[in-house]
Amino acid sequence: MEILSLLGDGMVLSLQPLNLLLIIVGVTVGLFIGAMPGLGSVNGVAILLPITFLVPPGSAIIFLAAIYYGAMYGGAISSVTLGIPGASTAVATTFDGRPLALQGKAGLALVAAAVASFVGGTVANILFTAFAPLLASVALSFGPPEIFALMLLAFATFVGLGGDDIPKTILSICMGLVFAAIGFDQVSGAPRLILFDINGFLKGINFLVLAIGVYGIGEMIWTIYSTRGEITTTKAEISVGQIWRDIKEVGQRGWKGTAIGSFLGFFVGILPAAGATPGSLMSYGVAKMVSRKPDEFGKGHPGGVCAPEAANNSASTGAMLPMLTLGIPGSPTTAVLLGGMVIWGLTPGPRLFVEQTEFVWGLIGSFYVSNVFALLINLAFIPLFIWMLRMPFTILAPLIFVLSVIGGYAALRDMFDIWLLLVFGFGAFFLRRFDYPLAPAVLAIVLGPIAEPTLRQSLLLSSGDPSIFFTRPISGPIMVIAIILILLPLAKFLRQNKPA
Amino acid sequence: MTITRRLMVLASAAAVGFAGMVGAAHAFEPKKPIDFVIMAGPGGGADQIARFLQSVAEKKDMTSRPLVPNNKGGGSGAEALIALSTTNDPDHTILVTLNSFFTTPLRQPNLGIDIQTFTPVAMMAVDPFVLWVHKDSGITTFEQWLETVKAAGGEYVMGGTGKGQEDSIVIAFMSDAFGFKVKYIPYDGGGAVAKDLAGQQIMATVNNPAEAKGFYEAGDFVPLLAFSDERIPGIDVPTMKEKGHDFSYYNQRAVVGAPGMSDDAAAYYQKLFADIYNTEEWQGYMESESLSPLWMNPDEQRAYWETQVANHKALLAAMGE
Repeated sequence: MEILSLLGDGMVLSLQPLNLLLIIVGVTVGLFIGAMPGLGSVNGVAILLPITFLVPPGSAIIFLAAIYYGAMYGGAISSVTLGIPGASTAVATTFDGRPLALQGKAGLALVAAAVASFVGGTVANILFTAFAPLLASVALSFGPPEIFALMLLAFATFVGLGGDDIPKTILSICMGLVFAAIGFDQVSGAPRLILFDINGFLKGINFLVLAIGVYGIGEMIWTIYSTRGEITTTKAEISVGQIWRDIKEVGQRGWKGTAIGSFLGFFVGILPAAGATPGSLMSYGVAKMVSRKPDEFGKGHPGGVCAPEAANNSASTGAMLPMLTLGIPGSPTTAVLLGGMVIWGLTPGPRLFVEQTEFVWGLIGSFYVSNVFALLINLAFIPLFIWMLRMPFTILAPLIFVLSVIGGYAALRDMFDIWLLLVFGFGAFFLRRFDYPLAPAVLAIVLGPIAEPTLRQSLLLSSGDPSIFFTRPISGPIMVIAIILILLPLAKFLRQNKPA
Repeated sequence: MTITRRLMVLASAAAVGFAGMVGAAHAFEPKKPIDFVIMAGPGGGADQIARFLQSVAEKKDMTSRPLVPNNKGGGSGAEALIALSTTNDPDHTILVTLNSFFTTPLRQPNLGIDIQTFTPVAMMAVDPFVLWVHKDSGITTFEQWLETVKAAGGEYVMGGTGKGQEDSIVIAFMSDAFGFKVKYIPYDGGGAVAKDLAGQQIMATVNNPAEAKGFYEAGDFVPLLAFSDERIPGIDVPTMKEKGHDFSYYNQRAVVGAPGMSDDAAAYYQKLFADIYNTEEWQGYMESESLSPLWMNPDEQRAYWETQVANHKALLAAMGE
């Protein structure tokens, strides 16, 4: 009961005229920042942080959280319409969002993204409101072995997918892991795999550069190759009636993905090591695995849009939890928000939740309000985004190229990344030509940098004894499930290929 | 020896002062946004400080063009050092540093970085280190802690930001001075270390006060020993010096300019950060985050770099790095 009255106060606070205005402006700005390839919520929040000195801290954080929220919705837009991931959190959305758009169902994909984002955000808000302190202790009980077990489970869901060629999937994962290993070794600090002694490799390969290269440039080359330069436009119609029919279709075909994304995304989001990008990729993998028609994933299944979109919104709320209850950022964006709190004169940490109730509950209340406005504003803009798609491909292709290059540069502002982007684009085209699935490589480059240090930390803890993963109460069961998931399809594969 | 060095410092200070006066005739003003490179990833101590400095400049409208924070934490800051060395616009590129400014070029000689080519701007503060344990360990004094660590026979687990990093230097000094061994688990930032101490995945850490402050105030972390010259206000624990070892260790919170920065631009940034240093906001931040003031002019900074490089060379050599 006490929680409900605190939440009620918080919502009243976030509905005050100034705060409401900040929410609407923040969500809209976030939507467009998220939609710009290469710029994600972290850039938006960092750029606009100084503006927040003009308003009291409680309103400032509401504004920044609204941008954060809006960006999670916006990331899906360029993933669907242009095939370029708008932000790292929306990479998984391209897997099915882009094929849907090419089939003339961009409206369905965008509606699926908006509705799933709303559901994911709402589920996360309710979980957050009801269980925040309890969940904080769950997050703390995840040490290196538990996080590693979870990462292995994520890989297992990608290997364990029906339909894909398993050796090619594993090769694709291995390729991603090699890319992830480039740069400095986190444990020893020594440079690793600095190919051709090029200094640009020292900083490692940025995940967004790979994703934009593969999905922006690679996809564009593929389309040119497969249409042989014919002038084509994508059919794209939208009307209020169509949006309504799309919402119904999302309800029928996307509910499972949405549910998985909402809960799994939130849980992965509260773990400080993970965040929204791993959360959305894992949710995609699980949604595909439990689907009755896993073959349709990757070819334009609404569930493949719903799962990552529900997850990235849910995870972004989840990432606020360790920030507010422990003072530890769960994602790069919350790290910037934490910096903001210090500047506003608040001390982040375990006491914030107890001592600054008005600040904390005003923020939580604003999550609910932001979520509603983000949904409405997003739906209102869908016709505009659909209209962009009506451009002939001869105009769209250069646009995609330019936006990809800008996006690749914006991530780290390094010219070297542009060359990498082009290499990845052409590489992806050839791999696709030979039927290699690329999603597992993208997954590996996101999860590799989490899995590798936690594996090594765990083995340092146990002096090299791998049983540490099986004897701890949380990591043990996760490891067993992961291993079963990896072995099942391998067994199936071996049986099928047995010499007659 | 000391006298000649002082004389040299004085002479060069006078020369710089003169150059500054001449330069004032064509005062430098930034013509485009200033690339404000941070030698660490988002969220850690260095990042928080950089964003605080940026926000003070922004709030007081101290620069005609904005400072744009740019995290380049890769390879213990090697990424940032290379970015500054290779920039084609040294007049608009400055760097927020920590001690990896000294250690990374020493540990990675193949990078070809000579920090004396960088341009001194401002020493904003130095950040002390404190030894922390979790309250559930029941340990309240350094002596109890030593006993526990020695009794564990090498199984005592400490976490930090990696071998060769600031905290590992402190831990290496302690294990050498008191003759114990620990398991050292590396993490990618001070925040992650604090989280795993709070979750008791590790047993003790050496962290800057700012990174452990929230948990300390909530009563979860217990400080045992400070590695500062004097006791730290607000964290009332003995220092290593009180325990009879002449050892103190600080993380520098300094701003430096890119190699090849023009004298006019250097003078501009030196004045800018001196102004920020004197604001109420920065003075208040130093107090609340337990930073120690250590203001230096540019020549003193260069001399400080020299002694720090020598110190770190010895410390790293002692660690077998």
